Amino acid sequence: MSVFSEAAVSPRRRRTDRLMRVALVAATILALIPLVLVIYYLLKEGLGSINKAFFTQDPSGSFFGAVGGVRSAILGSLEIVLLATLISVPIGIGVALFLTEYGKDSKFANVVRYFVDVMTGVPSIVFGLFIYISLVLTHVGGNFTAWKASVALALLMLPIVIRSSEVVLLLVPASLREGALALGAPRWQVIFRVVLPSARTGLVTGSLLAVARGMGETAPLLFTTAGAAGLTFSLSGQMNALPLQIYNDILSPRAAVVAQAWAAGLTLVAIVLILNLVARAVSRRSRMA
Amino acid sequence: MIPPDTTSKEPSQMSTAREQSEQAEATPDRSGSVESRPGRGIKVRGLNAYYGKQHAIKGVDIDFPANQVTAIIGPSGSGKSTVVRCINRMHEEIPGARADGSVTLDESDVYAPDVDVTAVRRVIGMVFQKPNPFPTMSIYDNVAAGLRLTGTKPHNLRETVNTTLRAVGLWDEVKDRLNEPGVGLSGGQQQRLCIARTVAVSPEVILMDEPCSALDPIATLKVEELIDELKARYTIVIVTHNMQQAARVADSTVFMLDGEVIEHAPTNDLFTKPKDERTERYVTGKFG
Repeated sequence: MSVFSEAAVSPRRRRTDRLMRVALVAATILALIPLVLVIYYLLKEGLGSINKAFFTQDPSGSFFGAVGGVRSAILGSLEIVLLATLISVPIGIGVALFLTEYGKDSKFANVVRYFVDVMTGVPSIVFGLFIYISLVLTHVGGNFTAWKASVALALLMLPIVIRSSEVVLLLVPASLREGALALGAPRWQVIFRVVLPSARTGLVTGSLLAVARGMGETAPLLFTTAGAAGLTFSLSGQMNALPLQIYNDILSPRAAVVAQAWAAGLTLVAIVLILNLVARAVSRRSRMA
Repeated sequence: MIPPDTTSKEPSQMSTAREQSEQAEATPDRSGSVESRPGRGIKVRGLNAYYGKQHAIKGVDIDFPANQVTAIIGPSGSGKSTVVRCINRMHEEIPGARADGSVTLDESDVYAPDVDVTAVRRVIGMVFQKPNPFPTMSIYDNVAAGLRLTGTKPHNLRETVNTTLRAVGLWDEVKDRLNEPGVGLSGGQQQRLCIARTVAVSPEVILMDEPCSALDPIATLKVEELIDELKARYTIVIVTHNMQQAARVADSTVFMLDGEVIEHAPTNDLFTKPKDERTERYVTGKFG
């Protein structure tokens, strides 16, 4: 009998090990099934409606004749989310910087962290209602406007940006901050020249997570921008957006319009995917530089 | 305690440092060696340092003479690093940490209320235990970082960087790849890069907190040779765990134990005829 056969684990333990491995693989596959099905159905139902008109025409809205496209919804979504990003990302990274560089473990910082966590859990429709009550019903700069939708989305994205940025900023080694401080650099210089550049990749990824989340939200848009079929670039008027278009189209009795909703869903997924790829490419190139 | 020249908005050492950096550019051809210059010494009096409630440094008095290397030795937790971090006020960056007592650089009080902490750190540079070049910056940018971060604009930044790299003996090793990342260098090169970064802002004093503990013996030797050259121009304080290192580089050595200075003597005397029994037991390896 060799040394190894004596040292080997018992058959019972080996059986348990194999069983566990099978169970974990099964759980992974189970989780993958809906993911794959979502993409499968989007492609199956939506791909057929994607043609030139889909991207170049606005929804006709008429019950008869051509259904048009979703150009106004795509551009509207991009505009609304871009403004929401411009609001939430600088503020979010600012808050995260406060928490990691100044607040640290102070009572105030921990209160802020707690509220950020609570905000992460607030359903998106509540943000929509909040803006509806505070900005729409009070007629601040018009009734339903696109910029109000951006504010609602920014509120929704803010906690995501703060949380992801804080995690990334904490990963910047303290030794780098000390090294810069020991050179006699003022703290704001340390933040802008050392901390932020070191965390850039992670900050971009985290912000993109928030963008992806904001892109797909319907509820905050319903009460704030309310949708419009035609193409508009004015943020102070009603504006169409992909989630709104899907929401309206999917209930239509016309098969062609429902198919268009699927195609719009596919477009939404594609936009988020493209944004992810672009951000990855950008951050990878900057890391090599 | 407050001398008249620190009451102006720009403490005296800062302007001196700037004049000296200009002098350095006036002689760009000096390669390798460090020009000598009368430096400034540091006096520590009645220094107490705390981490929250823990009393880490208990009323320490030490003189660090100008243009000399002073080593601080002692077992872990004896407060060596804390003393050094109190000199350039890095101690107060740690949450809950505070210090009292006096630290003076040539009669200028480091802790005077009107002294800007960033000015103190510009004049009293620091090199850390683990090399910490900025990962997003090239070799060149790492050396220039101190000048850029503090908003100091020398007449010729490139020349200042090149001169500094020559002064720390890194020039020949990196001259063809100045634009490559600083973190791509070996550990010893990174540490000399960090020393260059500190030297580039023309400080008066360089504090070194166990600068060789993460380096191999050959890299250690190079850093030690560099320290020996640098003292012609700077006052150097080096914390070390390695008693041989103290013996090799230091003019005088301080032995610390439990937050107190036990003995401060010329290095040779401290190691060969220590006055205190605790020093003797430590340097002969009987404890710690």
